[in-house]
Amino acid sequence: MSDILTPFILLPLWVLLIAFIFCILFWKYAKVQAVIALTSAAGYLLSAVWLFLAVYQDGIQVVQIGNWPAPYGITLVADLFASIMVLISAVIAFAIILYSLQDISAERKRNGFYPVLLVMVFGVCGSFLTGDVFNLYVWFEVMLVASFVLIVLGNRQGQLEGSVKYVTLSFISSGFLLTGIAILYKLTGTLNMADLSEAIAQHPDPELINLATVFFLVGFGIKAALFPFFSWLPASYPTPPISVVGLMAGLLTKVGVYALMRFFTLLFTYDLPSTHSLLLVLAGLTMFFGVLGALAQRDFKKILSFHIVSQIGYMIMGLALFTPLAIAGSIFYIVHHILVKTNLFLISGIVKVTQGHYLLSKLGGVYDRYPYLTLLFAISAFSLAGIPPLSGFWGKFILAKAGLEANRYFIVAVSLLVGLLTLFSMSKIWVSVFWSSAPGEAKGEFKYDSRTLFKSHYLLILSSVFLTLCTLVLSFYPEALIALSKRTAEQLLDPQIYIDAVLNNNNN
Amino acid sequence: MNLLIALIVGILFSASLFLMLQKSFFKLIIGVILFGYATIFFLFTVGGTTKNAPPLISPQEASVEGLADPLPQALTLTAIVISIGVQLFVIVLLKKVYEEVGTEDLDDLNTTDRI
Repeated sequence: MSDILTPFILLPLWVLLIAFIFCILFWKYAKVQAVIALTSAAGYLLSAVWLFLAVYQDGIQVVQIGNWPAPYGITLVADLFASIMVLISAVIAFAIILYSLQDISAERKRNGFYPVLLVMVFGVCGSFLTGDVFNLYVWFEVMLVASFVLIVLGNRQGQLEGSVKYVTLSFISSGFLLTGIAILYKLTGTLNMADLSEAIAQHPDPELINLATVFFLVGFGIKAALFPFFSWLPASYPTPPISVVGLMAGLLTKVGVYALMRFFTLLFTYDLPSTHSLLLVLAGLTMFFGVLGALAQRDFKKILSFHIVSQIGYMIMGLALFTPLAIAGSIFYIVHHILVKTNLFLISGIVKVTQGHYLLSKLGGVYDRYPYLTLLFAISAFSLAGIPPLSGFWGKFILAKAGLEANRYFIVAVSLLVGLLTLFSMSKIWVSVFWSSAPGEAKGEFKYDSRTLFKSHYLLILSSVFLTLCTLVLSFYPEALIALSKRTAEQLLDPQIYIDAVLNNNNN
Repeated sequence: MNLLIALIVGILFSASLFLMLQKSFFKLIIGVILFGYATIFFLFTVGGTTKNAPPLISPQEASVEGLADPLPQALTLTAIVISIGVQLFVIVLLKKVYEEVGTEDLDDLNTTDRI
């Protein structure tokens, strides 16, 4: 591996770390921090594109930190899946920082909103890129501690209450993760994922590996908000400001999903019938109960939070089916979901700006007043529900097709039913917020008309338009991403590619 | 020795989970701390608990018989630092919740769950 190629992987991490350090240096100047954050988000986006192109053209990129050879040192690996995730996280981080410039209150900005946000994105990016299980735990902690601070920053009562649940459950999941790592190390004597993959495949007694598998399943399951571990998500996500919710909704649970996909394609494939059937059952229950929770809610943000849970089920469904098409469907679905879900939260924030509420009963008449805002919502909401030709349709279509090909008719039926219920609860928002005439108490309370709303909050609208454009590109040109997802799925399903890239590049 | 350590780890895990299931903030804090200890202790024992010289050996005499594996001990140090950080955060958070909400019963923290 030549030295010229090494900066590709480290560059996104360096950009964020340096930006964080500069934010700390300018601790007292919130405006300078905002400029640094926005610049670094743009830099992060560019370096993520660069990394993606390098991986797309030249195959898996590997860096051995400190030049220690692979099974001994810490390895950073960027394969297609990781680089896609880094790229999409950069898109979200950029949109969110743009949005936060006008959304976050000056008080929160003064108290270090931007540095903490950068650390969280730093942790997310590191979790995607690492090739070492203990290092993954450390990145997870970086990300989680930053997210604890973000969720509680501002000290509103709801935030405090939500974060108690979030922090406790996250701590337990990290403990399970660490226990799982200890068991894996005891059984195989290595922490490098590529080396682990070989060691587990050759392990004489897979029954013992089961023990580690369960710990990782629970640990990552809590982070990914799988059934039955999802209760922290709807309790804590709706509480902080929209910029924070959007970022967490887009990225944090998806890091859990990413880790599950990485571990259950690379490491725990010794006993597919039992592990992946368990995942399939969990996927079905996650989708179903998530959407049931959404049906019961009457608050814009809470409905959207429960939808995250049900959408996680679709991603895990693709993983559990474990065919190339299904994994490709999962990857497509993750990308689609991150864009659409973040955008929906951003739009709920704009609606809040106009009417001062998240409760459906106190909102109304947005369509009359702001037809373009309604268009933005409609594209994302119907994409989430899977109306053709929007991007959610392609994701669900691929997953359903893969399910039918694998003869798993029941899970396909569940996923279609959940799609219908998603549409139902989205139309609940649609009817009461956008179509209905404004309810009595809110009447005449619009603070802006279409033009003054744009003038005073143009960044909010711009970042939402940016994400909507990404969704539209995915919707009308899905071939490119589908082809890319298929290639990624082939790479994921053949661990040998990953192992060769990591272990046979030691001698640089 | 191994049996004793296994018992200690088991007791720490069960005690911490029991405490975390209680309603009081204080028991939650103690539970979180014990849970951190339990995982760290478990990680530590993975490397072996033999009492012997430090494993500084030349490549020629590559026998590691009777020596404890130092890697889990290094991992333990990292894990200790991280879990202490999180524990401090939990303590400060719960103190703030107590001041703001005026209760120390976890069952009262339900305003966000109401429909």
